[in-house]
Amino acid sequence: MSQQYPALLVVVPLLSALVICGAGWVNKRLCFPIAVAALGVAAYSCIGLLLRVLDEGVIVYKLGGWDPPMGIAYYVDHLNGLVLVVVSVVALLNLIASKKSIDQEFPDKIGPFYTLYVLMVTGLLGIVVTGDAFNLYVLLEIAALTGYGLLAMGEDRAPLAALNYLYMGTIGACFYLLGVGYLYIVTGSLNMVDIARILPPLYQSKAVLGAFIICMVGVWLKMAFFPLHAWLPNAYTYAPSAASSLIAPLVTKVMIYVMIRLMLTVFTPEFAFTTLAVSDSIVWLAVIAIVMGAILALTERNLKKMLTYIVVAEVGYMVGGAWLGNRAGMTGAILHIVNDALMTLCVFLVAGNIVYKLKGYAFDDLKGLYRKMPFTMTAFTVGVLSMIGVPPTCGFFSKWYLILGAIRAEHWVFMGALLFSSLVNAVLFFRIIEIAFFEPFTDHHAHGHDHQPEPIDEAPLSMVVPLWIVAAALVIVGIYTSDIVTKIIQFAIPEGIL
Amino acid sequence: METITSIKPLLAVLASLLVVPILVTSTRMPNVREAWTFVAATVKFLIVLSMLPTVLKGTEIVYTVAEVIPGLAIKFRVDAFGMLFALVSSSLWIITSAYSIGYMRGLKEHSQTRYFCYFAICLSATVGVAFSANLLTLYLFYEMLSLATYPLVTHHQDPEARKSGRKYLLYILGTSIAFVLPAMLISYNLAGTLEFAKQGFLAGTASKPLILFLLILLVFGFAKVAIMPFHSWLPAAMVAPTPVSALLHAVAVVKVGAFSILRMITGVFGTDLLLDLHLGTLVCYAAAFTVIVASLIALTQDELKRRLAFSTIGQLSYIILGIALLSPKGMIGGMTHIAMHAFGKITLFFCAGAIAVATGKKYVSQMVGIGKRMPVTMIAFFIGSLSVIGLPPTGGFFSKWYLVLGTLQADQMPMLLVLLGSSLLNAAYFLPIVYKAFFCTPEESMFENKVEEAPIWCVAPLVVTAVCSIVLFFYPTVFLNLATLAIGK
Repeated sequence: MSQQYPALLVVVPLLSALVICGAGWVNKRLCFPIAVAALGVAAYSCIGLLLRVLDEGVIVYKLGGWDPPMGIAYYVDHLNGLVLVVVSVVALLNLIASKKSIDQEFPDKIGPFYTLYVLMVTGLLGIVVTGDAFNLYVLLEIAALTGYGLLAMGEDRAPLAALNYLYMGTIGACFYLLGVGYLYIVTGSLNMVDIARILPPLYQSKAVLGAFIICMVGVWLKMAFFPLHAWLPNAYTYAPSAASSLIAPLVTKVMIYVMIRLMLTVFTPEFAFTTLAVSDSIVWLAVIAIVMGAILALTERNLKKMLTYIVVAEVGYMVGGAWLGNRAGMTGAILHIVNDALMTLCVFLVAGNIVYKLKGYAFDDLKGLYRKMPFTMTAFTVGVLSMIGVPPTCGFFSKWYLILGAIRAEHWVFMGALLFSSLVNAVLFFRIIEIAFFEPFTDHHAHGHDHQPEPIDEAPLSMVVPLWIVAAALVIVGIYTSDIVTKIIQFAIPEGIL
Repeated sequence: METITSIKPLLAVLASLLVVPILVTSTRMPNVREAWTFVAATVKFLIVLSMLPTVLKGTEIVYTVAEVIPGLAIKFRVDAFGMLFALVSSSLWIITSAYSIGYMRGLKEHSQTRYFCYFAICLSATVGVAFSANLLTLYLFYEMLSLATYPLVTHHQDPEARKSGRKYLLYILGTSIAFVLPAMLISYNLAGTLEFAKQGFLAGTASKPLILFLLILLVFGFAKVAIMPFHSWLPAAMVAPTPVSALLHAVAVVKVGAFSILRMITGVFGTDLLLDLHLGTLVCYAAAFTVIVASLIALTQDELKRRLAFSTIGQLSYIILGIALLSPKGMIGGMTHIAMHAFGKITLFFCAGAIAVATGKKYVSQMVGIGKRMPVTMIAFFIGSLSVIGLPPTGGFFSKWYLVLGTLQADQMPMLLVLLGSSLLNAAYFLPIVYKAFFCTPEESMFENKVEEAPIWCVAPLVVTAVCSIVLFFYPTVFLNLATLAIGK
């Protein structure tokens, strides 16, 4: 059984999506349990897989028994083992947390929604697990197309925003495909390990150079790396809560994974950092992404849109960290994939709870929230601390490695940008905390117990409990940073990177 | 140095943290809730106290909680200096808890459960800072304290509290992220460790300009010490309820700032390194500037709590000045000043709060003749003033005595003048209040000639702290011994 984990984690959700689609016609109430079961199996397989990787090292799984380069092979090493767990667990938690909000937002589209949801997770898991460059493109499109559908189900402006995303996303995917095409022409293979074996003598070739850059640009477009980010804020803001809290934490992070996979496995770090000699410029781009993300977030008076700009800034963290060209920076980038997925999930779930109760997420809607929704806001506070980077939440530790990487690379501007972004995050979130904590002003100076505090009006338990699990995870993952780094991430980074 | 491993430091930190859920669940029973606060405070104090004999013998107590980053752990180490600070803050928490009851109930404040919960968290963080074995642990508890104090500063939840809270976070959180965090990482990159050592861990790892740069970051980064120009959050934070101002903004929070800087100078840089590079004087001058300017500003303040706040700003820089003299006597003076000033200043704040509860008066100009109405409070105020000025028979005399000796030992005449001059200024902004309170013509007096004190819960604590200030004049040995042990000479 455990031998089949790599297949299970893709096949089970894929087939379940079909079942859900059918079940939706029969009885809408069947959809949710099937989806939970499917993603539960996926999460279970992912965790089992990671444990096996920790035990045995890299696992190669040949789909249908076909040998590469003809057949498709799944490679699971420490890097994607970790990312698989993050993707499957985040998707499962979000699914459970979002049930009520899905019931509320589109009671008549429950079947299609769960179908798309599970299909999208299939795509994301597939992207991470596959060891085949072209197969990755196919799964990329599965994730993207279902994503457009999910995002377009939101408010009035959602379809337009999703259409915009569709154009940009398609261009990004095309770029990637073009790059893979070049690689295929040069190497005659689509298998990543195979390509990596054939490529080194060809590193001086213009086609290889072009392939790498085109792939990168495609991936950057898909991850909304500034200035290729313009599609993201609107698409995520107007999306239904359940969709935005799935897509915001995962899609950008999975694309970061693809970027790191291309840098480390398909190409070699020597090629990316030394032969290409553009790392410094890319870190500068990351600096701009971080700073601009922070500034754009400052201009928003709308919780969800502000969060989307923070996502843009966080992408800058990880791209910059990965391109610093040293071990600390790369560790920071990989660790931040985990941490950022969790903290983005945390704050988007909070936004979901707020929308569920208040039907709005402009700053003015948030008055008195600490009284009305104390449990949601407690979790929000933990998420905020992680975003700012206060120990012992996990956000601190990835920032630690990123800054350490910047220091070791002597890239002081990147360090400055990280600190700047922490400070701006503090301002951004404490603005919200102020509104939720202080307003509406009541006359406390009357010094009496006579004023009636607003009654607690909390989101349902099924939304609060997963949220608290995520909030607790922020602290627990933070405390276990040492283990995550020494037992997993250390082996994910080639020894060549010092 | 002999060390033993014991879980006691962790327990001392957790004692006040673990009581928080109990406080939350007993919201509806205020008496039970306050009883639990006392239990936690007493337990905490006793745990700290139980480590005192070991520490006085020169043994250090260590405990590693968890290794969070490879090679870097959350770790406690109880040494003499940490013990001194933990002893002061945990003992004063008991007294402040009693005072809080009198004050909060006397003024019928809202959200008292929240208040007591965050107070408990603050104390955990304070003792955590005191017992930190490395810079990472210290940073963790320092940030925890910054954030836990925010709901206390903004307790009134009105526009003024919001403004002050914003200022508070901007200064405290802003400097710790912008200055301390990068300095910590640069030091880690240089030395490969963050563990406080007897003579620091930076010696021989970096050039003088870099050391200077780190020193500036680490001295100004701990803005809780309110060294100028990062001081203006402290007067703003006076919007908090008075017990908060008393314990946190005269003792725990601000002294965590002073403590951290002392730790940086002794544990990160090491006195020898700073002496070699002649960098101590620089810090001295920054502190001296703050001492004088803050005292001058205090003279002009009419609101009593603001006057006390500026006095605190000045007194905190005494501590920094003492340590930056880098002479043994000066360092002993700086360290004992943490304790001596704590007892004196908390008395003064308690008095200010008692006056506010009993009469509603907040301005010095409204307190003419108040000595007839509240004699006990004002006598305690007088004792507290003497201690802060540094006159016998109060504990404040000793710390100032050692500070003066320290300037002589370090051959720093300008600093001697600063100390003497600022003592005069201290007298100038405190003693007129006491004089006007007792000696005024019946026409001038603003109060009826009838003794009417604040509630007993308010008065008893301030009597206790005032008596402590006097007792410390006769028995300063514990704190002096700890300070002497701490500098190891």
